Amino acid sequence: MSEKVLMKGNEAIAEAAVAAGCRHYFGYPITPQTEIPEYMSKRMPQVGGVFLQAESEVAAINMVYGAAGAGARVMTSSSSPGISLKQEGISYTAGAELPCLIVNIMRGGPGLGGIQPAQSDYFQATKGGGHGDYRNIVLAPNSVQEMADLTMLGFSLADQYRNPVMLLGDGVIGQMMEPVEIKENNTRAVEKPWAAVGMHGRAKPNIINSLYLKANELEDHNNRLQKKYALMRGNEMRWEEIHTQDAELILVAYGITARIAQSAIDIARENGKKAGLLRPISLWPFPEPPFVRLAKTATAFLTLELSAGQMIEDVRLATRDAKPVYFYGRTGGMIMSPMEIYQEITKILDGKEGK
Amino acid sequence: MAEVLFSRPKALFDIPTHYCPGCHHGIIHRLVAEVIDELGIQEKTIGVAPVGCAVLAYDYFNFDMLEAAHGRAPAVATGVKRVHPDAAVFTYQGDGDLAAIGCAEIVHAAARGEKITTIFVNNAIYGMTGGQMAPTTLVGQVTSTSPYGRNLETAGMPIRVSEMLATLDGPAFIARVAVNTPANMNKAKAAIKKAFELQLSGQGFCLVEVLSICPTNWGKTPLEAVKWLEENMVPHYPLGVYKDVQEAAK
Repeated sequence: MSEKVLMKGNEAIAEAAVAAGCRHYFGYPITPQTEIPEYMSKRMPQVGGVFLQAESEVAAINMVYGAAGAGARVMTSSSSPGISLKQEGISYTAGAELPCLIVNIMRGGPGLGGIQPAQSDYFQATKGGGHGDYRNIVLAPNSVQEMADLTMLGFSLADQYRNPVMLLGDGVIGQMMEPVEIKENNTRAVEKPWAAVGMHGRAKPNIINSLYLKANELEDHNNRLQKKYALMRGNEMRWEEIHTQDAELILVAYGITARIAQSAIDIARENGKKAGLLRPISLWPFPEPPFVRLAKTATAFLTLELSAGQMIEDVRLATRDAKPVYFYGRTGGMIMSPMEIYQEITKILDGKEGK
Repeated sequence: MAEVLFSRPKALFDIPTHYCPGCHHGIIHRLVAEVIDELGIQEKTIGVAPVGCAVLAYDYFNFDMLEAAHGRAPAVATGVKRVHPDAAVFTYQGDGDLAAIGCAEIVHAAARGEKITTIFVNNAIYGMTGGQMAPTTLVGQVTSTSPYGRNLETAGMPIRVSEMLATLDGPAFIARVAVNTPANMNKAKAAIKKAFELQLSGQGFCLVEVLSICPTNWGKTPLEAVKWLEENMVPHYPLGVYKDVQEAAK
């Protein structure tokens, strides 16, 4: 496909994965991401791939572990409660350094929560989620086009760093339809001499493992991982800025919230208020450089999330609290309107809002 | 000219194992390795190790392996097999791993007829963590978490995995064996061989349950433990073939 077609965000992820050469999908139905397994169940047989509906999220992520360990380009997808179930497997894939793509189309929590969109899995996605000192690259699309593009990028980065990559979307982008171009496969082909594929003449067995019983060896392993994470921090920070150069107030938002923030900024600008948008695209590594720079020129930051306030902690760290960081959020599947945000902008710029 | 009658299988490294004196894991490892040698499949074998006493199996087997999370070996093996349909893929799991935390994974791998082989070592106890009650612990059996003996009222009856899985349509071969005597070792090896052959001919899921002793955590000498296995385990876990699509077709 090279022309624009109208697709749901979830379908765009699935088709982009197929275009990227992913031929193994393991998943389990859960709203609001079920279009992905449904699409894959239709599409994978057409391209000689494997679609397997697992008995649980736990099984699905462990099938991903097996397929990734056996050298395949592989993915799974789910939504918040299902991603919680996958955390054990995600920790193991990170520990064994297995490349894979994990999609989370977030819904409201905690617990069973609801099925409406949210962004309340930020902590889980960026701070670990599973046990141990590990990091996943976390990419946050804000359009159906980015759902597709970041899916392809995710596979590339996973292979490049031998690391799980999470695509962190929300129920709005997952469900909404927009024109999208599924690009030609632009991912890099990577040799995987480490994979467990059968020895086939190799002198030594390949072992996929995260167990190091000797404390010094486990520390060495952790040090190696940390070096890799430092490399990711150096190379893989991604963000977008809109009207930030002259902005007094920097709105910080990702995913669908960034789209709403853009509308609010338009209203603000029409009313002579200098607001701009800093949109993290990589949530981990969190893009610190623009925050350091903008903390010198702007008077304040306003973090917007469909959560009770999670990314705001990284915003405060990135700005070193050099300027006030305000927060506005909605939860439970409620979505903020541009006017709500505009009112927050007004309160802050008119000096009526406490930090 | 001297003829070699007995040697270490190629599929097994020449290093000492960490298993306790008298433990049957070493024998079972060897039988698996002998079968892999005899079938000439070392180059295309991919094993999946469990969490439990056999967690370090990848140090002993001389072929590619993956270490799975506790209970998840059948899911990991499924992922591997779906990528390499021609490989000989097997899991090696204990009774805590397979029959407790991994119950869902083994049942559904069997139900799908996943073309993998599972070597299921049942010693009626959690060995690695120091002798706790397993789903396979016998009624009345004393363990560190059933100090008054397994209570039927609160813990229920031990699970008979082979019988349970044999009710499903997916498995091609399910057998329970023991390695308590040389004769039984030969039968066990034959069952393991068949469980690989049927996998490789695409017949479906194959499982061999191997009754095993755990002298350390049973608090017995190896000889006492073998006697205990014969007198207590075998009556509850009868040896035999529970499913065989090849025999059924005859």
